[in-house]
Formats: sequence, structure tokens, C-alpha cells
Amino acid sequence: MRTEHRCWVYGDNVNTDVIFPGRYTYTLREPREIAAHALEDLDPDFAPNVRPGDVIVAGANWGCGSSREQAVTALKFAGVALIIASSFARIYFRNCINQGLLPIIIPGLNTQLRTGDTLVWDREAGTISTQGGVYPIPPLPPSVQAILDAGGLLPMLQRRFRQGEP
Amino acid sequence: MAGRTFAEKALARAAGVPDARAGDILDVTPDLMLSHDNSAAISQIFRETGAAQVVYPERIAITLDHAVPAPTTRHAQNHAEIREWVRQQGIAHLFEVGRGICHQVIAEEGLILPGETVLGADSHTTHAGWLGAFGAGVGRTEMAALWATGQLWMRVPDAIRITLSGRLARGVTAKDVALHILAALGPTAALYRSVEFAGDGLAGLSLDERPVLPNMMAEAGAKNAYLPPDDAVFAYLEPRRTRDYTPLYPDPDAEYVADYRFDLDSLAPQVALPEQPDHVRPVTDVIGQPVQQAFIGTCTNGRLDDLRAAAQILRGQRVRCRLIVIPASAEVMLAAAREGILDTLISAGAAIGTPGCGPCMGNHMGIPAPGEVTISTGSRNFRGRMGTPDAPVYLASPYVVAASAIWGTITDPREVLA
Ligand code: SF4
Repeated sequence: MRTEHRCWVYGDNVNTDVIFPGRYTYTLREPREIAAHALEDLDPDFAPNVRPGDVIVAGANWGCGSSREQAVTALKFAGVALIIASSFARIYFRNCINQGLLPIIIPGLNTQLRTGDTLVWDREAGTISTQGGVYPIPPLPPSVQAILDAGGLLPMLQRRFRQGEP
Repeated sequence: MAGRTFAEKALARAAGVPDARAGDILDVTPDLMLSHDNSAAISQIFRETGAAQVVYPERIAITLDHAVPAPTTRHAQNHAEIREWVRQQGIAHLFEVGRGICHQVIAEEGLILPGETVLGADSHTTHAGWLGAFGAGVGRTEMAALWATGQLWMRVPDAIRITLSGRLARGVTAKDVALHILAALGPTAALYRSVEFAGDGLAGLSLDERPVLPNMMAEAGAKNAYLPPDDAVFAYLEPRRTRDYTPLYPDPDAEYVADYRFDLDSLAPQVALPEQPDHVRPVTDVIGQPVQQAFIGTCTNGRLDDLRAAAQILRGQRVRCRLIVIPASAEVMLAAAREGILDTLISAGAAIGTPGCGPCMGNHMGIPAPGEVTISTGSRNFRGRMGTPDAPVYLASPYVVAASAIWGTITDPREVLA
């Protein structure tokens, strides 16, 4: 399947405090409420204008700082389909997998695109294509890919506990 | 055959396998599972998994620390849900409002020991490395999975070694060392890596100072960070621990992907500029910068030595800007009261808060107004961190923050100490 996606492009070291501010972290739990604050302190245009299927294309160390998982779920609830970055902070990377949101490492792609540009995700070929080129999606270890394939860690656990495994 | 790093040994132990190498993916059973005010949200995910009971209630520690005492009804409801959850599940370790910040409390309570592994739903779980433990942060869904299954996958990280030599000058602390290291490493040098400290410089750091190093390595991307435990650490733990432990040390021929060396002798006090903890300058470059609020506290710098440093600077002085002091734990607060430190600080004009995170992440108890500048002993100064996006935060040691509070401008503490 090949799908076309609109890009939101950001720089290096975007931290979770600006992706989802800490001041909301213990009081908001509804997906719509959480999505409404996505990227609030970095890009106030994002939350009101993001559309389902849009993708984030960022620089190095996307999602550094606090472990807060809402920095992933806020984007997921806002409809973001993929996050591409030059590199990810480690807890953020894990949170993406666990939320079933594919994190893709393509160094420097953010410097070739602007917000509003489109890219193509080819699932069968395992590539991302832009006007500038075709980039392979790096494979994940099989045990990690299995979590993504299950739709995230929660669905995986649900399957296990519903089947009554130990 | 090359030797093993601390991380390789610790994760092999936690996974119950004889050996592990960087890059291996292991299912790890941690000795301690740590969470805090986020535990209600974690319990909600736990319920959705379909699991009935947590597997290791005796390995779970929950600390109410991030917004205590509850500043709003919603925060209070959040705490109430956590208490109910702890009761239902028979969770062994709940630390109530005012006991202190999770990373500090688990050390004081002897719940994490050298060679052990703690996974925490908090990015500063790296902190536990000061005891020679493996501490790493995880997300909320992962903590729910840990409660439900007792296990989580971990990739054994590559490791970098940081060797410290020499001795710090008066008025210079482990905070200045951590900031200096962050400036040299940048925000990604330790990404996905174990940061393993070594060298004779460590012995000169007090037990209160040491946690600053592994705590702040989170800002360089570290998965965990480690200090080799010595007799001082063992003596600290002796009256607190309830089980035996085996400390782990990296082999002399362990493989490190990078090696850094820092000399402590000539280091000056450092300051991180807004909005990155690694944008660091010597204090002498920012002297005179006005500040409206000074904050001493957090898991990074809210221990007794930190309050002592502040008292040393503030004795007989009067602050010209707001000074908020929040001890990292009740134990610290009590010791500070007994030593007369709180007396000195209050007399100088400080406002003292309930032990906990305070305004560190913008929940309550010292949120700056838009446009106001804060100098803080915390670990993070990202935009919006303290609650509002246009309130810049500088990070520094308790000496620098206390000295800056006297003048209402960033000040070199060595001038006050001289
Ligand atoms: S004091 Fe700050 S850095 Fe430490 S645990 Fe609390 S919010 Fe996190």
C-alpha cells in the first residue's frame, strides 16, 4: 500500500515538555483533550490544523526529556500516522512502539522538507519517498516489530491476558 | 575476550542469564518498579490489559511527590485513586504526600541496592546509579506491563566511560561537574547508552553530591548511568537495607564506545542558559543577569549538603528576589531543621515548601509569571518546563542560586564565600 502524507517539519532536540506540557500531565486523560495541547509550546499552529494521516519529520533527539507518554499519544490522538526523525530519545522511541506508532530513523530528512510538503509511505517496499529521493525504513528487531504488529503493547498484553496465559 | 561493562553485568543479572553483550535484547525482571503521581494513569492502563493482580506487589514503590500537597481538586482525585489502587493490590511501598521525591526516597528507604535494577516511569530513574544500581526510565504503558507481567524487554546498551580526576575547589559542586559534562557531550552523546563513571575524582564527592551525576546524564540521552559504589555508599545503606546485595563493577578490559576525561581541580561554577541543560557557560559569563525567582530543591539538588551550601551563602543576608526552598525529602527537611539550616534560610527570606518536586515541572508552588526569569537547582530548563513558555530558566548549583538570590542577579558564589 502506498499512501501520501502531509509533513510537519521540526528541528533538533525537541523535548517532551513542548510536545505535551507537564502542567497537564496529571489532570488530562481524554484523548481529545490531550490532542488539543499537542506541540502547544513549540508550534501553536499544529493542534488546530493537523489532519489525520499527517506525519512529523524532525531532526536529532526528537522527544528528549521527560518520559511522559502523552508526548506520543497527543500526536497519535491528533491523527499523526508516522514520526520520522534523524534520531529519537530512547524512552520516546519505546513509547512510540508501545503505542503502535511507527518511529522511523532517516537522518537529515527534516532539512530537505518544509511543513506542508508531502511524502509517500510504501509499506510493502518499506520505503519513504520524497521529491528528493527514496529512503529505506530501517528494520526493527523481530521481538520489537511484534509489538508494533500487535498494534502496541496494550493490545499485545490484552491478547495475552484474555487467552489466560500465565 | 573483552570484559563486561557494568550495564552488561547488571542486565544479565536482572534477566537471570549468565552473560550478556551490548546489543542483546533481554527480558528483564527489575528488583524495583517505581512510579509516582502518574500511578493512577498507569493503573488505568493496567486494568485495560485484563490482568487481575500485580505480580510482585513487594517490588512496587509509589511516591506521591510531583504535585503535593494536591494543588487542585483534580490533582487530589488523582492521589485518591492511587491510594485506592495501592490498597486493592496490596502494593508494599506507598510514600505519602511530604515524604519526598521518588528517587531520593527509594535510596533513603534502602529499596534499591548496588548491583540491582530499578525501572521507573520517570526519566530521571538514571539517578539510582549513584548507588551502583542500574536505573532506567520507561513509559506508562511499560510500567503497566511490568506490574502485570514482572518483565520488560531491554536492549543491553553500549557504554561510554567518563573518568573524573582531581578535587573541586570551594564553592564548586557535582552540579557544576554535571553541567560541564553536558556542555562537552551535548544532548545526544549518551543516547541509548550506559554512562559509567570512573576515576579518583569520585571519592572526593559527598554522598549528597554524587546522585547529581547519574541524574543529569538523562539530559545527555543516557539509558542509565553508574558510579562504582565504595565504602561510603555501603555504610549509608547498612542501617537502611532489608536484604543482601552484591555490588557490580565493570571489568578493567570492558569495551567502551567512547572515553571522556574531566579534571575537577580547575572547574569554575557553571550555569545552563535557557532552554537547554547543555547550553552551559561559566558563571562569570552571565554575572548580572536579573532573576525574579530563585529555586533550591528537586531530586537533582534538594539534599542536606545543598541546603547547607545555601545556608552558608545566606547566613546573615537578606534576599532581594523570591527564594523558594523545597527539601528533597522529609529526612532532609528534618536534618536541616535540626542543624539550624531552615532557621538561617527563613531568616534570609526563603519560603520553605513541602518535600516533593515543587515547581520543577510546572505543577505548583512557585510557577513564574510570564516574562519572569528563574534560576533553579533543577535538571531541566526546557521552554515551558516551569509552567509557562515565556519564563526563562537558568540552571546552577545551590551556591550559585543562593548567591543570585541575595542580589536578584546571577552572582558568582565565590565572591560571597571569599
Ligand atoms: S524533582 Fe523534577 S526532575 Fe526530579 S522527579 Fe521531580 S519533576 Fe522530575
